[in-house]
Formats: sequence, C-alpha cells, structure tokens
Amino acid sequence: MNAVLRTVLQRLGLGILTLFVVSIIIFSTIEMLPGDFAKAILGQSATPETVAAFQREIGLDQPAPIRYLNWIGGVLQGDFGNSFASAGALGGGQARTVLSLVAPRLANTLFLAGMAAIIAVPLALVLGMLAALYRNSLFDRIVNLTTLTSISVPEFFVAYILMLFLAVKFPIFYSLANVSPDTPFMERLARCALPAMTLVLVIVAHMMRMTRAAIINLLASPYIEMARLKGLSPSRIIHHHALPNAWAPIANVIALNLAYLIVGVVVVEVVFVYPGIGQLMVDAVSSRDIPVVQACALIFAVAYILLNLLADIASIVTNPRLLHPR
Amino acid sequence: MTNAPDTNPVRPEEALLAEAVPVPQQRSAWETAWRELRRAPLSAQFGLVVILCYVVLGLFAPLIAPFTENELVGSQYEPWSDQFVFGTDQLGRDMLSRLIYGARNTVGIAFFTTIIAFMIGGSLGVLASILGGWADQVLGRAVDVLMAIPLLIFALVLLSIFGTSVINLVLIIAVLDSTRVFRLSRAVSMNVVVMDFVEAARLQGEGLTWIMTREILPNILPPMVAEFGLRFCFVFLTVSALSFLGLGIQPPAADWGSMVRENATLINYGDITPLLPAGAIALLTVAVNFVVDWFLHKTSGLKE
Repeated sequence: MNAVLRTVLQRLGLGILTLFVVSIIIFSTIEMLPGDFAKAILGQSATPETVAAFQREIGLDQPAPIRYLNWIGGVLQGDFGNSFASAGALGGGQARTVLSLVAPRLANTLFLAGMAAIIAVPLALVLGMLAALYRNSLFDRIVNLTTLTSISVPEFFVAYILMLFLAVKFPIFYSLANVSPDTPFMERLARCALPAMTLVLVIVAHMMRMTRAAIINLLASPYIEMARLKGLSPSRIIHHHALPNAWAPIANVIALNLAYLIVGVVVVEVVFVYPGIGQLMVDAVSSRDIPVVQACALIFAVAYILLNLLADIASIVTNPRLLHPR
Repeated sequence: MTNAPDTNPVRPEEALLAEAVPVPQQRSAWETAWRELRRAPLSAQFGLVVILCYVVLGLFAPLIAPFTENELVGSQYEPWSDQFVFGTDQLGRDMLSRLIYGARNTVGIAFFTTIIAFMIGGSLGVLASILGGWADQVLGRAVDVLMAIPLLIFALVLLSIFGTSVINLVLIIAVLDSTRVFRLSRAVSMNVVVMDFVEAARLQGEGLTWIMTREILPNILPPMVAEFGLRFCFVFLTVSALSFLGLGIQPPAADWGSMVRENATLINYGDITPLLPAGAIALLTVAVNFVVDWFLHKTSGLKE
C-alpha cells in the first residue's frame, strides 16, 4: 500500500506543478499583447489619458510577478477581474466582473457535458468490448468502418446533419438549445437533446476504438494465453486475469475522451446557440476580451489536467503489480 | 571529414554478391508504386482517388470553376439551378465556384501548417534524441507543459492575443501541433540513435546536420509519413473548426469552415447546401485516414 501512496502523491505533486506552470502561461498571454492593444480595444478616438487609465486599470504599471500574485490570488477566491467589454465606458459605467459572466454559463456547460458523458461512457465501453471480443467478425468490421468515418468528420457536420433530420425534416427535437436559468429541468433536457447527441456520437467513436485497442492488446498478452492454455473457463479468464489489468487502460480511455469533450463542447455550443462557456470564450476571442478568455482557458485547462490526473491515479490504484508488491 | 572508402553504406558481403551474381534490373520507383497501388485495398484506392481529385481542383481552381471566388453573380440564397449548380450564398456568390476555390484555400493552408509543424517538431525531436541530456530534458518538459492545455483552447487564447489573420493562424497551429510531432519523432529516432552506424558517423566526425538528415531521417521516414497524414487531418479539422467559429480563415476568402457558418441558416428551411462544404471537409479527412490506415498496415507488415 505504501508504494501506491507514494506514487499517487508523486502524481499529485506533478499535477499541481503543471497547474502552476499552466496558470503562468495563461497569465503571461497578457504580456504578449502588442503595444497598440489599448488603442484597438478603446477605439481610434482614445486619448492618451484614457489609454493610460486603461493600462492602470489592467495593472500594466506594476511589475509582472506582483501582478501574477494578485491575479492568481484573486482567481483562487473566484475573482477573475473585470471584463474588457466595459473598458470602453472607462471612468463612467459599471464594470462587469468576469465571474458574473462565467459562472452561469459554466453550470450550463457542465450540464451538457455531464449529460453527454452519462450516455457516452457506458455505451462506448460495452460496444468497444464487444468489438474486441468478436474481433474480425462482421460486427467488428462494420463498427470499425463507421467509427473511422465518424472520427474523421468535423463536429459541426454531425451537428448540422442531426439538426436537419431530427429537427427540420422530422421535427422531433428543438433545433436550438437556447435555455435560460429558469427553464424547467425536463424542458432543459429536451432542448439539450441534439447537442448532447452530437457530443455522444463524436466521443463514442473515439472511446470505442480506444477501448477495443486496449482490450485486444490485453488479450494478446502472454499471461492471458497461459490462462487459456491451462484450460480455464472464459469467464474466469475475464474476471481474474483480464479485468484487474484492464481498469488502467479503461480509466485512461474515459479520461482522455472526457477531455476531448471539453474541446468538442466549444463547437457544439456555437452550432446550437447554447449559452455555455465555450460560446462565451469564442465571443470573447473575437472581441479580444482578454480577462474573459483567460478565465475560460483556465477553466478548460484545469478540467483537462484534473481529468488526466484522475486517470493516472485510477490506473495506479488499480495496478495489481503495485497493489500486491512482492 | 573525408569519406574513407570503407565507410561506404554498402556492406562488404553485399558488394561481393552484387559482383558475382548478375542482379535482374531493378524496378523503377514508379513501377513499384503502381504495383502496390493495384494491390491496395478498395478503401485505400478510393482514398487516393479522392485526394487526387482535391489536388486537381485546388491547383486548377480558376480553370474549373464557372465563376471567380468573390464575384457577385446572382441574388442572395438562390436555389439550385442549371446556371448555379448549388445555388448562391448569402451575398449572391456562386456556391460551386466557392467550393472549388475552397479546395485551394482550406486544404492549402492546412497542408502548409502541417509542413511547418513537421519541420519544427521533427527537427527538434531528432535533435533531442541525438543530444540527450539537459537539451532533451528542457525540450521534453516544455512540450509537456504545452500539451497540458487542449490545443483548440490554447489556439483560441493565442488568437485573442495576436488577432485573427491567416499568418497568425498558420503559425499558432503549427507551433502547437509541432509538440505532437516532437513526441513521435523523438520516440522513433531514440531507437535509431543507439545504432552502430550512427556511432560510426559520430566517430567519423560528421556534423549534427549530417547525422540528422543522412543517418536518422531516412530510418524514421515510414512512421513519420503516416503521422503526416494523421496530423494533416487533425490540423485540417482544427483550422476548419476555427474558421467555422469565425476565428480562422477570414472572409472574403472562400473557405469551407466559414462557408458552413455563413449559410447555416438555410438548414432551418431544410436546405442541404450548408452541408456541402462540411461534407467536403469530411470526405477528404476520411480519404486521408483510409490511405494512412493502409500505409500503416503495409509498413508494419513489412517489419514483421
């Protein structure tokens, strides 16, 4: 058990270090801004005074390390600073905090991603294992061809095809997923059906192929062959020999694909006009609202790193070699 | 630095053999390629034909397309007709012509981006494997950190900083994608660096460039070529996704991703026109994947 604990702690330390470095990278993007950036944000008519005031507002008059500490301190307390979108009205109007923009949308995105994950993960694992067990059968070949095709297709293609057939030609679902905070739960589910279905289709294909490859890899290993030669029953081989070693690759597959969900969600939200964090980020990038971009990127990156960390830890604590050291 | 005769890459016994037995005339590279193609599975042949079509369309777009890229030829959203095969878009430009020009813009940009990514990632990866030690460590850790952020998200952050333009797009995606190339080229060339002939070249006093290009590169080529196909698909899909989001290739250039976005409203009227550019993207990626699948199967089969 000691070895497990030590390895887990090592991984955790490495994960925290990665988070720290990534936060520095995202913070330092603001350092890379071109010099005329304030003008671009405030418009050509900006006077030198407003430019100076703006630069003071985003703290450019302080050295970078101090600004980083202020920023990360704020972030840890949920304060991401003010949106640039209000900077035009500097001196006058009320500045909107990034948090007030991000928080409600983050909940929406988590809802959509969670819905997709709950459907996709069991489906992909079962299909992947079936394809591995009956490999080279007709079922396996059909599945292989369809998944290869669907991972090669852009998300928005899948999304629009679903929209065309399931919302326009046969109006079964809503074509737009424009939910508001007071939408009742059941209607919210119905409105999210198409975006969730798109995400499910895209990640099931990935996840299935990876599950299939992992299981085939496992079944080809010498100790499985040994068990088979000993004359053990197939169910005993699966339960006692294959499964304990299969958790690690399966955990990896799940985490990798949930991380993939993070990227897919950006495009899908834009297609279905779903008020999530991905759409917010895209809007912020086109208006160059850097604090909002930083906040969104940080959220996505943290989710991504945590998922990978989780997979690492899951594969460590289920590793039979570490659990039963000689 | 002089080339001593005994460091000739042909091993002595082979040289003797070649003198003793008259070798039948070797097939030319074209003949071998043709034979392999005839034997390739149907999916790979289909893929190659599709890729060839795209290349021809892209190269000869002005000759093939009925109208030019940005010519206003009709009113907005005209339906499919004899004059406009796929109708017109939101400004009244011919859809078919823009689809054909899109082969040039979208595929061309993705192709160049992948090439730059391979030049950066490939050379750094081989370099890291040769140098080893701290250079390898520094490069490896830097790549780890860059890969800790999802590529599309990182690209969005950088685009918001540097602004959206084609040059920025190409450079940002190339640099971010080169991390994946680095991983592979380093891993593959690690196996080659320890070989005797690399040691011999080192002892002979060959420079770094020689070892990289003459000793290692030819030996890591097959996996790198297959990876090129896969990376191209990934870059192509990323560029298309960014263009679709309005942050990639900018109007008025004809580009498949932005064409989907611009004509998306037609979907609500049951018109499949916006699916055409999306389908064009999908078809090319599927085709490349088929070819890569076959190529990987072949190169791994030869090693067994």
